Amino acid sequence: MDCYTANWNPLGDSAFYRKYELYSMDWDLKEELRDCLVAAAPYGGPIALLRNPWRKEKAASVRPVLDIYSASGMPLASLLWKSGPVVSLGWSAEEELLCVQEDGVVLVYGLHGDFRRHFSMGNEVLQNRVLDARIFHTEFGSGVAILTGAHRFTLSANVGDLKLRRMPEVPGLQSAPSCWTTLCQDRVAHILLAVGPDLYLLDHATCSTVTPPGLAPGVSSFLQMAVSFTYRHLALFTDTGYIWMGTASLKEKLCEFNCNIRAPPKQMVWCSRPRSKERAVVVAWEKRLMVVGDAPESIQFVLDEDSYLVPELDGVRIFSRSIHEFLHEVPVASEEIFKIASMAPGALLLEAQKEYEKESQKADEYLREIQELGQLTQAVQQCIEAAGHEHRPDMQKSLLRAASFGKCFLDRFPPDGFVRMCQDLRVLNAIRDYHIGIPLTYSQYKQLTIQVLLDRLVLRRLYPLAIQICEYLRLPEVQGVSRILAHWACYKVQQKDVSDEDVARAINQKLGDTPGVSYSDIAARAYGCGRTELAIKLLEYEPRSGEQVPLLLKMKRSKLALSKAIESGDTDLVFTVLLHLKNELNRGDFFMTLRNQPMALSLYRQFCKHQELETLKDLYNQDDNHQELGSFHIRASYAAEEATEDQMRLLRLQRRLEDELGGQFLDLSLHDTVTTLILGGHNKRAEQLARDFRIPDKRLWWLKLTALADLEDWEELEKFSKSKKSPIGYLPFVEICMKQHNKYEAKKYASRVGPEQKVKALLLVGDVAQAADVAIERRNEAELSLVLSHCTGATDGATADKIQRARAQAQKK
Amino acid sequence: MAAHLSYGRVNLNVLREAVRRELREFLDKCAGSKAIVWDEYLTGPFGLIAQYSLLKEHEVEKMFTLKGSRLPAADVKNIIFFVRPRLELMDIIAENVLSEDRRGPARDFHILFVPRRSLLCEQRLKDLGVLGSFIHREEYSLDLIPFDGDLLSMESEGAFKECYLESDQTSLYHAAKGLMTLQALYGTIPQIFGKGECARQVANMMIRMKREFTGSQNSVFPVFDNLLLLDRNVDLLTPLATQLTYEGLIDEIYGIQNSYVKLPPEKFAPKKQGDGGKDLPTEAKKLQLNSAEELYAEIRDKNFNAVGSVLSKKAKVISAAFEERHNAKTVGEIKQFVSQLPHMQAARGSLANHTSIAELIKDVTTSEDFFDKLTVEQEFMSGIDTDKVNGYIEDCIAQKHSLIKVLRLVCLQSVCNSGLKQKVLDYYKREILQAERLVLQTYGYEHILTLHNLEKAGLLKPQMGGRNNYPTIRKTLRLWMDDVNEQNPTDISYVYSGYAPLSVRLAQLLSRPGWRSIEEVLRILPGPHFEERQPLPTGLQKKRQPGENRITLIFFLGGVTFAEVAALRFLSQLEDGGTEYVIATTKLMNGATWIESLMEKPV
Repeated sequence: MDCYTANWNPLGDSAFYRKYELYSMDWDLKEELRDCLVAAAPYGGPIALLRNPWRKEKAASVRPVLDIYSASGMPLASLLWKSGPVVSLGWSAEEELLCVQEDGVVLVYGLHGDFRRHFSMGNEVLQNRVLDARIFHTEFGSGVAILTGAHRFTLSANVGDLKLRRMPEVPGLQSAPSCWTTLCQDRVAHILLAVGPDLYLLDHATCSTVTPPGLAPGVSSFLQMAVSFTYRHLALFTDTGYIWMGTASLKEKLCEFNCNIRAPPKQMVWCSRPRSKERAVVVAWEKRLMVVGDAPESIQFVLDEDSYLVPELDGVRIFSRSIHEFLHEVPVASEEIFKIASMAPGALLLEAQKEYEKESQKADEYLREIQELGQLTQAVQQCIEAAGHEHRPDMQKSLLRAASFGKCFLDRFPPDGFVRMCQDLRVLNAIRDYHIGIPLTYSQYKQLTIQVLLDRLVLRRLYPLAIQICEYLRLPEVQGVSRILAHWACYKVQQKDVSDEDVARAINQKLGDTPGVSYSDIAARAYGCGRTELAIKLLEYEPRSGEQVPLLLKMKRSKLALSKAIESGDTDLVFTVLLHLKNELNRGDFFMTLRNQPMALSLYRQFCKHQELETLKDLYNQDDNHQELGSFHIRASYAAEEATEDQMRLLRLQRRLEDELGGQFLDLSLHDTVTTLILGGHNKRAEQLARDFRIPDKRLWWLKLTALADLEDWEELEKFSKSKKSPIGYLPFVEICMKQHNKYEAKKYASRVGPEQKVKALLLVGDVAQAADVAIERRNEAELSLVLSHCTGATDGATADKIQRARAQAQKK
Repeated sequence: MAAHLSYGRVNLNVLREAVRRELREFLDKCAGSKAIVWDEYLTGPFGLIAQYSLLKEHEVEKMFTLKGSRLPAADVKNIIFFVRPRLELMDIIAENVLSEDRRGPARDFHILFVPRRSLLCEQRLKDLGVLGSFIHREEYSLDLIPFDGDLLSMESEGAFKECYLESDQTSLYHAAKGLMTLQALYGTIPQIFGKGECARQVANMMIRMKREFTGSQNSVFPVFDNLLLLDRNVDLLTPLATQLTYEGLIDEIYGIQNSYVKLPPEKFAPKKQGDGGKDLPTEAKKLQLNSAEELYAEIRDKNFNAVGSVLSKKAKVISAAFEERHNAKTVGEIKQFVSQLPHMQAARGSLANHTSIAELIKDVTTSEDFFDKLTVEQEFMSGIDTDKVNGYIEDCIAQKHSLIKVLRLVCLQSVCNSGLKQKVLDYYKREILQAERLVLQTYGYEHILTLHNLEKAGLLKPQMGGRNNYPTIRKTLRLWMDDVNEQNPTDISYVYSGYAPLSVRLAQLLSRPGWRSIEEVLRILPGPHFEERQPLPTGLQKKRQPGENRITLIFFLGGVTFAEVAALRFLSQLEDGGTEYVIATTKLMNGATWIESLMEKPV
């Protein structure tokens, strides 16, 4: 334990810095780092080296090599550089490698050296060449800033959504700035540059001179500047060996330091963490590393090898040919526990647990001490927190063990914090393994979130590990396992050396019906790689037709799309495919396709009925569908006001009638024509018309009856009724007279009504007594009740009695 | 507000709340004041889901009907179109949007497709150059709308025509989607039974859709035990007959739309002494009919002949209750009486309304013609003289009774005879066409086509193979009951005073003793019959308490009548029935609206 704080270096009174080894590098570099362009992604990301850069003026015949390694030095990719000279390398937030060429073209590569895309930084850059370039990160994504040969700056704040901004000119600028950097303030990217003793701040419209407050006199130029990870702080290194540290807004000075080294440092980066006690800057020269802050003394390290600094959220990573280290300010919890002679509750708890393991009664003493102060909860929390900041699993374990020990003496201590820390550490230890090589600290991991971490594992094609993590953390399938499997499948379809069948089978075997996996997304990827057949095979597994069909259409498999759409029963999809097919095929083929799909055909007919009448006719013609064709023509002919033969005959006749008799006949129905004739007294004509058009006798009688009653031509009606035996009986005569309130006429016909309907007729004309007689005579129970129900008036009393008597008599029998 | 939906065994308010929530979420997406432009057809169904007050709460300030040319002026930030996915409506919307663009301040357009988004329509909007104008294009899956505690309808008027005439499955697809929504809320239905071609298709779609949703395991405890899917064309007969339940008759005579009926106002004039008959209201009296009204719930499903006695009994009870006030002596008693007053007054109002309605109906049912028509119907259904030309129908044609009435009778005869003899069929056809043959453009050719449509739907057809199967079906399924008790029914046949609806008989036989007993008849009826199981995880399997009834969801594809609903409610209430029913359908209909939907309309 004594040696645990051996690598702790105090800076001032309050803070300790420690440097520990992450990995001994696995790579076998032949060249010095200083001979390469180097780019290392933050959050334990990959390292890119471009050897043999052009600035060395070596023989141009040797093509440079671009190598990509994990943070532990495991090779991820290696490719010969075939494009133009590269000025700068950098990683985007999505871990894509951006290579800025001298001509302003930026080539984008994936983690595995796969070329993704390229874009240009504009004409101005192309003309003046790139002098220097920086890749920087903002909350919107990753940006590129370029210093051109004309000493102008061009930048894009987000390479995902490329918008080039040319920054204003610095007045009177003759030579390149001695140093410059990008700043991000109020969500806008600025550029800070130093020319001689002056500092200029460029925003998109103006160029202003700025002066850091409290800057020591005598500065004739700035050699290096550094912005902190969060863009909150700025450090300036001057030619007098003086370092100014302050806020990035240049409004406040934090501290200054004089290191008395006038040589320009190779790199200068901030080393701080969220809620840091001390803000310090790490400065690296060829053989020397210095940590300076608000303290008279600095911490110095000797560098055995050429090293490279990578600023992180909570520290600095330092790697060289042989080793990869992490330098950071010791977190509060660790400091409290491990500081020499610490009496913090966490320290005591750790001691107590150790004594307990030794079966010593001292354990009890320590524990009592904590409990007497009422600090046991705090102690447990301290141990848990400190465990998170430990890199070595054995230290994590002993701290967690102490926490677990302490927990036993607490009532109702919420367990989730402890459990979550155990899980997080397990995940962290797994990804820190040098095979994986992502040396995330606990704070970085929390900042990055598990989702992004999973994405990064997927990006590295570490599918099994990602799935294991999902399962271990019990993430919901849709967010976790399914997503990873889908990524895996998308990768799988790009393996061109495996046959379509094998890929499709392998994917289906692994994915099965895993919820949340979209086969159509995978198929779209396969199609994107030019593997249409594979895409079709994969789409077979897609249960959602809404996804399946549009992609099939895109791949020009319209007929397959049609049958899939029909299978789904979603008519909207079917229509969509149909209209697509209609445009794609010639008419004959289109109709043939329809013929084989009856459902599609009938849908298309409906569509045509409303939208394209002519097509409908062609369709029926082709089908030899005479019935429908007939209907079609009926519709069409009426629409064109043509008439069928019968109607032509009727029309001709009506025209003649109009000529001969005057009045309106055209456009009447046959019925109404007859009625009009009768109403006009043209009985003969009416009968002739009825004969010509085969109007049944019964109907003619009805027509005549109604017409004459309307005319109230009672004489003609009577004549008509006697013309021959009525085919409709005489009840209608009674009814129609009553309708016209002519009781007198009605009575005439009532007597002629047949026995079946006589009672009804008599009741209609109001002759209740006689109705009763008839009903009694007919011994019809229903009729008797009917008459009885009409016996309402006082005068009908006698009749009612009569019926009752008849009924009684009938019952006796 | 919609408490009557939660009275039944299955709380349909859950569904109503779910769709309301979805509506609110959509409205909130469009921040700021809004105007809604309605596809007129949707206003009725929407009224059952959300009153204007709900829309108002979400800043809906204006409502318009979708019409061509310009939109009426409205000072709002958002204009939202609520439409069915139909191409012709898209054209109107485009016209609206384009003319709007040219004037005034820019505003946000949105479109809400009911019940489904359509690629076809979006393509049309794109072709018309307005697709980009819409900020939100969403769908509102309002498939099944709760009408009552045990009744759901899609209110899709054209469903029958589309399915059986045009082989357009759109409404079946919506039905399947609606059933999926229902299952999401009420749990997977373990058993599906079905009869008919469309039923088979809906079941297939459901199974398919279930596969699409594998991601979200349904962990709702199942409420329904069975689903029975029935094609309307399995039972074409029932809707053709005149319904004789109280609710059925109201629908037959006045038409119930989205649970509202409009009645002639004369009978509802406030009876004040002195100025009797002076200022009669001229506007139709609009009443909402559902089980929220206690009295209506009691009488709606009774045979009309049994309604009178209930009403008079109620009248006595209510007046007795009002008389109570004379007995109230102490302050406490008076207070108690007063506290009951609002309820009593509501009951009295309800009684007065229904007495008036009953009188209106009685005027019709006691008419000569109604009696004659009913006699003919009953003769047909009991199998008398179905194979020759019927005199009454002839007279109706000659007297130019409404075409729908004539067609309804002819179809009934055809169905009761498994198709008409060719001679009889031709005679009717000629008669109808001659009577109706008009050259006037608004009326005319469509009747040839109407007859053709009826034939295609199987309603009016020549007898095939000279065999009449109807008697076999009638006897096996006991469709005609001579000893019907209208007052205290013992069998479902009371709803048609003798005829037991075939569809409901099938449901009844399915629950007991099972369809195996009627295999023969099932084979005569059109379409396949089938059974599907949807396996449940063991944790969700139901253990029935002894004596607990099963719940069957019965879905009528192509429409259902109020009389059938009444018959199913009767079965649910049977003490030893063993099954309770929740009824769903594409449309609540009757014979007249049904025939009308099949009539060819001028283009």
